[in-house]
Amino acid sequence: MKDATNMPVDVAIDLRINGKMTQLDVPPNVVLLDALRDRLGLTGTKKGCDHGQCGACTVLVNGEAVNSCLSLAVTHDGDDITTVEGLADGETLSPVQQAFLDHDAFQCGYCTPGQMVSATELMHNHAVGDTDADIAEAMSGNICRCGAYKNIVAAIQSARKAG
Amino acid sequence: MRQFEYKRAEDARAAVAAHAGNDAAAYLAGGTTLIDLVKLDVMQPERLVDVNRLALDAIEPADNGGLRIGATVRNTALAHDKRVRRDYRVLSEALLQGASRQLRNRATTAGNVMQRVRCSYFRDGISPCNKREPGTGCSAIEGRNREVFAVLGTSEHCIAVHPSDMCVAMAAIGATVRVEDAEGSREIDFADFHKLPGDTPHIEHELAGDELITHVTLDAPVADAGSTYIKLRDRSSYQFALASCAAIVSLDGDRIREARIALGGVGTKPWRCLDAEQALVGQPAVDETFEAAAAAAMRDATPYKHNAFKIPLARKAIVCALRDAAARAGNGA
Repeated sequence: MKDATNMPVDVAIDLRINGKMTQLDVPPNVVLLDALRDRLGLTGTKKGCDHGQCGACTVLVNGEAVNSCLSLAVTHDGDDITTVEGLADGETLSPVQQAFLDHDAFQCGYCTPGQMVSATELMHNHAVGDTDADIAEAMSGNICRCGAYKNIVAAIQSARKAG
Repeated sequence: MRQFEYKRAEDARAAVAAHAGNDAAAYLAGGTTLIDLVKLDVMQPERLVDVNRLALDAIEPADNGGLRIGATVRNTALAHDKRVRRDYRVLSEALLQGASRQLRNRATTAGNVMQRVRCSYFRDGISPCNKREPGTGCSAIEGRNREVFAVLGTSEHCIAVHPSDMCVAMAAIGATVRVEDAEGSREIDFADFHKLPGDTPHIEHELAGDELITHVTLDAPVADAGSTYIKLRDRSSYQFALASCAAIVSLDGDRIREARIALGGVGTKPWRCLDAEQALVGQPAVDETFEAAAAAAMRDATPYKHNAFKIPLARKAIVCALRDAAARAGNGA
Protein backbone atom coordinates (compact mmCIF):
# COMPACT_ATOMS: atom_id res chain seq x y z
CA MET A 1 0.00 0.00 0.00
CA LYS A 2 1.59 3.23 -1.09
CA ASP A 3 0.12 6.63 -1.79
CA ALA A 4 0.79 8.80 -4.85
CA THR A 5 4.18 9.89 -3.50
CA ASN A 6 5.14 6.23 -3.26
CA MET A 7 5.44 6.40 0.52
CA PRO A 8 3.87 3.73 2.70
CA VAL A 9 0.55 4.91 4.08
CA ASP A 10 -0.45 5.04 7.74
CA VAL A 11 -2.25 2.05 9.17
CA ALA A 12 -5.18 2.47 11.56
CA ILE A 13 -4.82 0.35 14.70
CA ASP A 14 -6.83 -0.11 17.89
CA LEU A 15 -4.90 -0.59 21.10
CA ARG A 16 -6.20 -1.08 24.61
CA ILE A 17 -3.62 0.85 26.60
CA ASN A 18 -3.78 0.70 30.39
CA GLY A 19 -7.44 -0.26 30.10
CA LYS A 20 -8.37 2.53 27.70
CA MET A 21 -9.26 1.93 24.05
CA THR A 22 -7.06 4.06 21.82
CA GLN A 23 -7.19 4.50 18.07
CA LEU A 24 -4.02 5.42 16.26
CA ASP A 25 -2.83 5.94 12.69
CA VAL A 26 0.80 4.92 12.41
CA PRO A 27 3.31 4.48 9.59
CA PRO A 28 4.43 0.83 9.34
CA ASN A 29 7.97 1.63 10.51
CA VAL A 30 6.99 3.03 13.91
CA VAL A 31 7.85 0.73 16.82
CA LEU A 32 5.47 0.39 19.74
CA LEU A 33 7.91 2.26 22.01
CA ASP A 34 7.90 5.37 19.81
CA ALA A 35 4.14 5.20 19.33
CA LEU A 36 3.65 5.19 23.10
CA ARG A 37 6.16 7.96 23.84
CA ASP A 38 5.87 10.28 20.86
CA ARG A 39 2.27 9.85 19.75
CA LEU A 40 0.49 9.11 22.99
CA GLY A 41 2.68 11.02 25.44
CA LEU A 42 3.25 7.96 27.59
CA THR A 43 6.87 8.75 28.34
CA GLY A 44 7.14 6.49 31.39
CA THR A 45 8.37 3.72 29.09
CA LYS A 46 12.05 4.49 28.45
CA LYS A 47 14.24 4.20 25.39
CA GLY A 48 17.60 2.70 26.33
CA CYS A 49 19.54 0.73 23.74
CA ASP A 50 16.67 0.64 21.20
CA HIS A 51 17.86 -2.86 20.17
CA GLY A 52 16.31 -5.27 22.66
CA GLN A 53 19.41 -5.50 24.80
CA CYS A 54 18.55 -3.46 27.91
CA GLY A 55 14.85 -3.88 28.76
CA ALA A 56 14.17 -0.21 29.62
CA CYS A 57 11.33 -0.25 27.06
CA THR A 58 9.54 -3.29 28.54
CA VAL A 59 5.73 -3.21 28.37
CA LEU A 60 3.16 -5.95 28.82
CA VAL A 61 1.41 -7.15 25.66
CA ASN A 62 -1.59 -9.28 26.60
CA GLY A 63 0.08 -9.84 29.97
CA GLU A 64 3.52 -10.81 28.67
CA ALA A 65 6.65 -8.68 28.97
CA VAL A 66 8.12 -7.63 25.62
CA ASN A 67 10.70 -5.18 24.33
CA SER A 68 8.57 -2.43 22.80
CA CYS A 69 11.58 -1.14 20.85
CA LEU A 70 11.65 -4.27 18.66
CA SER A 71 7.95 -4.55 17.92
CA LEU A 72 6.17 -2.60 15.21
CA ALA A 73 3.08 -0.79 16.48
CA VAL A 74 1.05 -2.01 13.47
CA THR A 75 1.51 -5.61 14.58
CA HIS A 76 -0.29 -4.85 17.85
CA ASP A 77 -3.71 -4.03 16.43
CA GLY A 78 -6.24 -5.30 18.99
CA ASP A 79 -3.64 -5.97 21.70
CA ASP A 80 -3.90 -5.11 25.38
CA ILE A 81 -0.87 -3.01 26.38
CA THR A 82 0.19 -2.16 29.92
CA THR A 83 2.85 0.47 30.48
CA VAL A 84 4.32 1.70 33.76
CA GLU A 85 1.59 4.37 33.83
CA GLY A 86 -0.97 1.58 34.09
CA LEU A 87 0.48 -0.26 37.08
CA ALA A 88 -0.95 1.91 39.88
CA ASP A 89 -4.65 2.04 40.75
CA GLY A 90 -5.21 5.78 41.04
CA GLU A 91 -2.98 6.93 43.91
CA THR A 92 -2.46 3.37 45.14
CA LEU A 93 0.80 1.85 43.97
CA SER A 94 0.75 -1.69 42.60
CA PRO A 95 2.32 -4.37 44.83
CA VAL A 96 5.43 -4.35 42.63
CA GLN A 97 5.75 -0.55 42.73
CA GLN A 98 5.29 -0.49 46.51
CA ALA A 99 7.88 -3.23 46.93
CA PHE A 100 10.40 -1.32 44.78
CA LEU A 101 9.83 1.71 47.03
CA ASP A 102 10.07 -0.32 50.26
CA HIS A 103 13.25 -2.11 49.18
CA ASP A 104 14.98 0.91 47.62
CA ALA A 105 15.18 -1.08 44.39
CA PHE A 106 16.48 1.72 42.19
CA GLN A 107 19.12 4.40 42.04
CA CYS A 108 18.98 6.70 39.00
CA GLY A 109 15.56 5.30 38.04
CA TYR A 110 15.98 5.14 34.28
CA CYS A 111 15.60 1.37 34.04
CA THR A 112 12.95 1.27 36.78
CA PRO A 113 9.78 1.46 34.63
CA GLY A 114 11.02 -1.48 32.57
CA GLN A 115 12.10 -3.36 35.70
CA MET A 116 8.70 -2.90 37.36
CA VAL A 117 6.69 -3.80 34.27
CA SER A 118 8.87 -6.87 33.70
CA ALA A 119 8.46 -7.84 37.37
CA THR A 120 4.68 -7.43 37.06
CA GLU A 121 4.57 -10.39 34.66
CA LEU A 122 6.28 -12.47 37.35
CA MET A 123 3.37 -11.87 39.73
CA HIS A 124 1.30 -14.28 37.65
CA ASN A 125 4.03 -16.22 35.81
CA HIS A 126 4.32 -19.45 37.80
CA ALA A 127 6.79 -21.02 35.39
CA VAL A 128 9.44 -18.89 37.11
CA GLY A 129 10.66 -20.47 40.35
CA ASP A 130 10.96 -18.97 43.82
CA THR A 131 14.68 -18.76 44.47
CA ASP A 132 16.69 -15.54 44.17
CA ALA A 133 18.56 -17.20 41.29
CA ASP A 134 15.26 -17.92 39.52
CA ILE A 135 14.23 -14.27 39.85
CA ALA A 136 17.62 -12.98 38.73
CA GLU A 137 17.51 -15.27 35.68
CA ALA A 138 13.96 -14.21 34.81
CA MET A 139 14.95 -10.54 35.14
CA SER A 140 18.17 -10.79 33.11
CA GLY A 141 16.55 -8.93 30.23
CA ASN A 142 16.44 -5.77 32.35
CA ILE A 143 19.84 -4.16 32.72
CA CYS A 144 20.52 -1.75 35.61
CA ARG A 145 23.73 0.19 35.11
CA CYS A 146 23.60 1.48 38.70
CA GLY A 147 23.70 -2.12 39.86
CA ALA A 148 20.58 -2.15 42.05
CA TYR A 149 20.03 -5.83 41.29
CA LYS A 150 20.20 -7.06 44.89
CA ASN A 151 17.35 -4.83 46.00
CA ILE A 152 15.39 -5.44 42.79
CA VAL A 153 15.42 -9.19 43.50
CA ALA A 154 14.44 -8.54 47.13
CA ALA A 155 11.56 -6.30 46.03
CA ILE A 156 10.21 -8.88 43.59
CA GLN A 157 10.54 -11.68 46.14
CA SER A 158 8.61 -9.61 48.65
CA ALA A 159 5.86 -8.68 46.16
CA ARG A 160 5.50 -12.30 45.01
CA LYS A 161 5.31 -13.63 48.57
CA ALA A 162 2.66 -11.05 49.47
CA GLY A 163 0.74 -11.75 46.24
CA MET B 1 14.24 3.25 10.48
CA ARG B 2 13.79 2.97 6.72
CA GLN B 3 10.29 2.89 5.28
CA PHE B 4 8.61 -0.22 3.95
CA GLU B 5 5.22 -1.50 2.93
CA TYR B 6 3.29 -3.48 5.51
CA LYS B 7 0.90 -6.30 4.68
CA ARG B 8 -0.93 -8.35 7.25
CA ALA B 9 -1.78 -11.90 6.21
CA GLU B 10 -4.50 -14.08 7.72
CA ASP B 11 -3.36 -17.43 6.31
CA ALA B 12 -0.30 -19.00 4.71
CA ARG B 13 -1.62 -18.72 1.17
CA ALA B 14 -2.32 -15.00 1.60
CA ALA B 15 1.11 -14.51 3.17
CA VAL B 16 2.86 -16.14 0.22
CA ALA B 17 0.76 -14.06 -2.21
CA ALA B 18 1.60 -10.87 -0.33
CA HIS B 19 5.29 -11.76 -0.40
CA ALA B 20 5.27 -12.42 -4.15
CA GLY B 21 6.37 -9.85 -6.67
CA ASN B 22 8.98 -8.14 -4.52
CA ASP B 23 12.48 -9.61 -4.20
CA ALA B 24 13.07 -7.42 -1.16
CA ALA B 25 10.02 -8.68 0.74
CA ALA B 26 10.42 -10.36 4.14
CA TYR B 27 8.11 -12.25 6.47
CA LEU B 28 7.69 -10.63 9.89
CA ALA B 29 6.99 -12.80 12.93
CA GLY B 30 8.35 -11.83 16.37
CA GLY B 31 10.66 -9.31 14.73
CA THR B 32 13.35 -9.61 17.40
CA THR B 33 16.05 -10.11 14.78
CA LEU B 34 14.43 -8.46 11.78
CA ILE B 35 13.44 -5.12 13.33
CA ASP B 36 16.82 -4.90 15.06
CA LEU B 37 18.61 -5.34 11.72
CA VAL B 38 16.26 -2.99 9.85
CA LYS B 39 17.05 -0.32 12.44
CA LEU B 40 20.75 -0.93 11.77
CA ASP B 41 19.97 -0.82 8.03
CA VAL B 42 21.71 -4.19 7.66
CA MET B 43 18.45 -5.69 6.38
CA GLN B 44 16.67 -3.48 3.88
CA PRO B 45 13.21 -4.92 3.19
CA GLU B 46 10.84 -3.00 0.94
CA ARG B 47 7.83 -4.96 2.14
CA LEU B 48 7.08 -6.76 5.39
CA VAL B 49 4.45 -9.49 5.44
CA ASP B 50 3.12 -9.90 8.99
CA VAL B 51 2.56 -13.62 9.69
CA ASN B 52 1.73 -13.26 13.38
CA ARG B 53 -1.98 -13.88 12.78
CA LEU B 54 -1.58 -17.08 10.80
CA ALA B 55 -3.11 -20.06 12.59
CA LEU B 56 0.34 -21.60 13.07
CA ASP B 57 0.64 -21.28 16.83
CA ALA B 58 -0.18 -24.86 17.84
CA ILE B 59 2.00 -27.71 19.09
CA GLU B 60 0.48 -31.03 18.04
CA PRO B 61 1.39 -34.72 18.04
CA ALA B 62 2.85 -35.66 14.64
CA ASP B 63 2.33 -38.84 12.62
CA ASN B 64 6.00 -39.79 13.09
CA GLY B 65 5.59 -39.98 16.88
CA GLY B 66 7.17 -36.56 17.31
CA LEU B 67 5.74 -33.08 17.73
CA ARG B 68 4.59 -30.69 15.03
CA ILE B 69 5.39 -27.13 16.06
CA GLY B 70 3.68 -24.24 14.31
CA ALA B 71 5.92 -21.54 12.87
CA THR B 72 4.59 -18.81 15.16
CA VAL B 73 4.72 -20.74 18.43
CA ARG B 74 6.63 -18.39 20.73
CA ASN B 75 9.86 -19.58 22.32
CA THR B 76 8.30 -19.20 25.80
CA ALA B 77 5.31 -21.36 24.89
CA LEU B 78 7.51 -24.03 23.32
CA ALA B 79 9.91 -24.13 26.28
CA HIS B 80 7.08 -24.62 28.79
CA ASP B 81 4.97 -27.06 26.77
CA LYS B 82 4.39 -30.17 28.93
CA ARG B 83 5.25 -32.59 26.10
CA VAL B 84 8.44 -30.72 25.26
CA ARG B 85 9.51 -30.71 28.91
CA ARG B 86 8.77 -34.43 29.23
CA ASP B 87 10.06 -35.80 25.91
CA TYR B 88 12.49 -33.14 24.69
CA ARG B 89 14.02 -31.69 27.84
CA VAL B 90 17.09 -30.65 25.83
CA LEU B 91 14.92 -28.36 23.72
CA SER B 92 13.21 -26.74 26.69
CA GLU B 93 16.56 -26.14 28.38
CA ALA B 94 18.09 -24.70 25.22
CA LEU B 95 15.20 -22.30 24.69
CA LEU B 96 15.26 -21.08 28.29
CA GLN B 97 18.98 -20.36 28.08
CA GLY B 98 18.46 -18.24 24.98
CA ALA B 99 18.03 -14.45 25.02
CA SER B 100 15.86 -12.88 27.73
CA ARG B 101 12.30 -13.51 28.92
CA GLN B 102 11.09 -10.49 26.95
CA LEU B 103 12.67 -11.72 23.73
CA ARG B 104 11.46 -15.30 24.24
CA ASN B 105 7.93 -13.99 24.73
CA ARG B 106 8.02 -12.57 21.19
CA ALA B 107 10.48 -14.75 19.27
CA THR B 108 8.89 -17.54 17.24
CA THR B 109 9.96 -21.03 16.26
CA ALA B 110 10.43 -20.21 12.57
CA GLY B 111 11.99 -16.85 13.38
CA ASN B 112 14.54 -18.55 15.60
CA VAL B 113 15.40 -20.93 12.75
CA MET B 114 15.85 -17.86 10.51
CA GLN B 115 17.85 -15.71 12.93
CA ARG B 116 20.92 -13.97 11.58
CA VAL B 117 24.50 -14.04 12.80
CA ARG B 118 25.75 -11.79 15.61
CA CYS B 119 29.09 -10.97 13.93
CA SER B 120 29.93 -7.36 14.80
CA TYR B 121 31.27 -6.73 11.29
CA PHE B 122 28.02 -7.98 9.74
CA ARG B 123 25.98 -5.80 12.10
CA ASP B 124 28.02 -2.58 11.82
CA GLY B 125 26.88 -1.93 8.25
CA ILE B 126 30.30 -0.55 7.24
CA SER B 127 33.01 -3.21 7.44
CA PRO B 128 33.72 -5.53 4.54
CA CYS B 129 31.41 -8.54 5.01
CA ASN B 130 30.71 -11.26 2.46
CA LYS B 131 27.41 -12.06 4.08
CA ARG B 132 26.06 -8.50 3.96
CA GLU B 133 27.83 -7.49 0.75
CA PRO B 134 29.13 -10.47 -1.24
CA GLY B 135 32.67 -10.12 -2.55
CA THR B 136 33.82 -7.45 -0.09
CA GLY B 137 35.78 -9.85 2.12
CA CYS B 138 35.54 -11.05 5.71
CA SER B 139 36.68 -8.62 8.38
CA ALA B 140 36.47 -11.21 11.15
CA ILE B 141 39.12 -13.63 9.92
CA GLU B 142 41.93 -11.19 10.73
CA GLY B 143 39.88 -9.09 13.15
CA ARG B 144 38.34 -9.44 16.56
CA ASN B 145 37.06 -12.99 16.31
CA ARG B 146 36.45 -14.18 19.84
CA GLU B 147 32.83 -14.52 21.07
CA VAL B 148 30.51 -15.28 18.17
CA PHE B 149 33.02 -16.77 15.76
CA ALA B 150 33.25 -20.40 14.77
CA VAL B 151 35.93 -23.08 14.70
CA LEU B 152 33.84 -25.62 12.75
CA GLY B 153 32.39 -25.19 9.27
CA THR B 154 34.23 -21.94 8.56
CA SER B 155 35.52 -20.85 5.19
CA GLU B 156 37.92 -18.18 3.98
CA HIS B 157 34.80 -16.08 3.30
CA CYS B 158 32.94 -16.21 6.63
CA ILE B 159 33.50 -17.50 10.17
CA ALA B 160 30.36 -16.25 11.94
CA VAL B 161 28.60 -18.63 14.33
CA HIS B 162 24.96 -19.53 13.88
CA PRO B 163 23.73 -18.04 17.16
CA SER B 164 20.62 -20.09 17.95
CA ASP B 165 20.33 -22.33 21.02
CA MET B 166 16.96 -23.75 19.95
CA CYS B 167 18.39 -24.95 16.64
CA VAL B 168 21.21 -26.83 18.37
CA ALA B 169 18.67 -28.85 20.34
CA MET B 170 16.63 -29.44 17.17
CA ALA B 171 19.75 -30.62 15.35
CA ALA B 172 20.33 -33.20 18.09
CA ILE B 173 16.69 -34.30 18.19
CA GLY B 174 16.32 -34.42 14.41
CA ALA B 175 13.55 -32.50 12.66
CA THR B 176 12.05 -31.48 9.36
CA VAL B 177 11.11 -27.98 8.27
CA ARG B 178 7.87 -27.69 6.31
CA VAL B 179 7.77 -24.81 3.85
CA GLU B 180 5.06 -23.57 1.55
CA ASP B 181 4.77 -21.36 -1.51
CA ALA B 182 2.23 -20.84 -4.29
CA GLU B 183 3.28 -24.12 -5.95
CA GLY B 184 2.66 -26.25 -2.86
CA SER B 185 4.68 -27.44 0.10
CA ARG B 186 7.84 -29.45 0.78
CA GLU B 187 9.77 -30.81 3.72
CA ILE B 188 13.44 -30.00 4.31
CA ASP B 189 15.59 -32.09 6.63
CA PHE B 190 16.69 -29.86 9.50
CA ALA B 191 20.30 -30.98 8.95
CA ASP B 192 20.15 -29.57 5.41
CA PHE B 193 18.21 -26.39 6.17
CA HIS B 194 21.15 -24.20 7.22
CA LYS B 195 24.02 -23.96 4.77
CA LEU B 196 27.74 -23.81 5.37
CA PRO B 197 29.18 -20.44 4.31
CA GLY B 198 31.57 -21.90 1.71
CA ASP B 199 32.10 -19.25 -0.94
CA THR B 200 28.49 -18.01 -0.72
CA PRO B 201 28.02 -16.92 2.92
CA HIS B 202 25.14 -14.66 1.91
CA ILE B 203 23.08 -17.80 1.17
CA GLU B 204 22.25 -19.02 4.66
CA HIS B 205 19.43 -21.52 4.21
CA GLU B 206 17.43 -23.65 1.80
CA LEU B 207 14.42 -21.34 1.44
CA ALA B 208 13.83 -20.05 -2.08
CA GLY B 209 11.66 -17.32 -3.55
CA ASP B 210 8.48 -16.76 -1.56
CA GLU B 211 8.75 -19.91 0.55
CA LEU B 212 7.33 -19.57 4.07
CA ILE B 213 8.12 -21.88 6.97
CA THR B 214 4.83 -23.23 8.36
CA HIS B 215 6.00 -25.93 10.81
CA VAL B 216 8.98 -27.65 12.34
CA THR B 217 8.31 -31.32 13.09
CA LEU B 218 10.53 -33.00 15.66
CA ASP B 219 11.56 -36.63 15.20
CA ALA B 220 10.11 -39.08 17.70
CA PRO B 221 11.99 -38.87 20.99
CA VAL B 222 14.82 -41.36 21.57
CA ALA B 223 13.27 -44.08 23.76
CA ASP B 224 14.25 -44.05 27.45
CA ALA B 225 16.80 -41.29 26.85
CA GLY B 226 18.11 -38.58 29.13
CA SER B 227 18.97 -35.23 27.61
CA THR B 228 20.38 -31.85 28.49
CA TYR B 229 21.71 -28.58 27.07
CA ILE B 230 24.84 -27.01 28.50
CA LYS B 231 25.68 -23.45 27.49
CA LEU B 232 28.97 -21.76 28.39
CA ARG B 233 29.18 -17.99 28.02
CA ASP B 234 30.90 -14.84 29.26
CA ARG B 235 28.03 -14.01 31.65
CA SER B 236 25.60 -16.50 33.06
CA SER B 237 22.43 -15.17 31.44
CA TYR B 238 21.28 -13.20 28.40
CA GLN B 239 24.41 -13.90 26.37
CA PHE B 240 25.29 -15.86 23.28
CA ALA B 241 27.19 -19.12 23.70
CA LEU B 242 30.96 -19.38 23.55
CA ALA B 243 30.31 -23.10 23.33
CA SER B 244 27.19 -25.13 23.98
CA CYS B 245 26.21 -28.78 23.70
CA ALA B 246 22.90 -30.56 23.30
CA ALA B 247 23.19 -34.22 24.31
CA ILE B 248 20.72 -37.09 24.25
CA VAL B 249 21.77 -40.49 25.63
CA SER B 250 20.00 -43.81 26.10
CA LEU B 251 21.56 -46.77 27.89
CA ASP B 252 21.58 -50.57 27.92
CA GLY B 253 22.69 -51.19 31.47
CA ASP B 254 26.00 -49.33 31.82
CA ARG B 255 26.58 -49.07 28.10
CA ILE B 256 25.43 -46.47 25.62
CA ARG B 257 22.66 -47.62 23.31
CA GLU B 258 22.25 -44.39 21.38
CA ALA B 259 23.72 -40.89 21.64
CA ARG B 260 23.10 -37.57 19.95
CA ILE B 261 25.42 -34.59 20.13
CA ALA B 262 24.99 -31.13 18.62
CA LEU B 263 27.05 -28.02 19.28
CA GLY B 264 26.38 -24.29 19.41
CA GLY B 265 28.74 -21.32 19.67
CA VAL B 266 31.42 -23.10 17.65
CA GLY B 267 29.85 -23.87 14.27
CA THR B 268 28.72 -21.82 11.29
CA LYS B 269 25.47 -23.83 11.46
CA PRO B 270 23.80 -25.87 14.21
CA TRP B 271 26.49 -28.54 14.42
CA ARG B 272 25.54 -32.21 14.64
CA CYS B 273 28.43 -34.58 15.50
CA LEU B 274 27.52 -37.85 13.78
CA ASP B 275 31.00 -39.43 13.95
CA ALA B 276 31.30 -38.79 17.66
CA GLU B 277 27.82 -40.23 18.19
CA GLN B 278 28.75 -43.42 16.34
CA ALA B 279 31.89 -43.80 18.42
CA LEU B 280 29.78 -43.82 21.60
CA VAL B 281 27.47 -46.68 20.68
CA GLY B 282 28.10 -49.80 22.76
CA GLN B 283 30.74 -48.09 24.93
CA PRO B 284 30.59 -47.82 28.72
CA ALA B 285 28.99 -44.56 29.90
CA VAL B 286 32.10 -43.21 31.64
CA ASP B 287 34.17 -40.03 31.32
CA GLU B 288 36.89 -41.70 29.24
CA THR B 289 34.28 -42.58 26.63
CA PHE B 290 32.81 -39.09 26.68
CA GLU B 291 36.28 -37.52 26.37
CA ALA B 292 37.05 -39.65 23.33
CA ALA B 293 33.77 -38.57 21.73
CA ALA B 294 34.54 -34.93 22.53
CA ALA B 295 37.95 -35.23 20.92
CA ALA B 296 36.38 -36.80 17.83
CA ALA B 297 33.77 -34.03 17.63
CA MET B 298 36.40 -31.29 17.66
CA ARG B 299 39.07 -33.06 15.60
CA ASP B 300 38.53 -30.93 12.49
CA ALA B 301 38.23 -27.62 14.33
CA THR B 302 40.15 -24.64 12.96
CA PRO B 303 41.08 -21.99 15.54
CA TYR B 304 41.36 -18.29 14.73
CA LYS B 305 43.46 -15.72 16.56
CA HIS B 306 41.08 -15.03 19.46
CA ASN B 307 38.89 -18.13 19.65
CA ALA B 308 41.25 -21.11 19.98
CA PHE B 309 40.01 -21.47 23.58
CA LYS B 310 36.67 -22.63 22.19
CA ILE B 311 38.09 -26.00 21.16
CA PRO B 312 38.90 -27.25 24.69
CA LEU B 313 35.84 -25.39 26.01
CA ALA B 314 33.54 -27.23 23.60
CA ARG B 315 35.19 -30.54 24.51
CA LYS B 316 34.40 -29.91 28.17
CA ALA B 317 30.82 -28.92 27.30
CA ILE B 318 30.41 -32.20 25.41
CA VAL B 319 31.78 -34.29 28.29
CA CYS B 320 29.56 -32.53 30.86
CA ALA B 321 26.46 -32.78 28.68
CA LEU B 322 26.99 -36.47 27.91
CA ARG B 323 27.64 -37.24 31.57
CA ASP B 324 24.47 -35.43 32.67
CA ALA B 325 22.33 -36.90 29.89
CA ALA B 326 23.58 -40.42 30.72
CA ALA B 327 22.84 -39.87 34.42
CA ARG B 328 19.30 -38.77 33.54
CA ALA B 329 18.85 -41.81 31.30
CA GLY B 330 20.01 -44.01 34.16
CA ASN B 331 17.52 -42.36 36.48
CA GLY B 332 14.66 -42.74 34.05
CA ALA B 333 14.48 -38.93 33.67
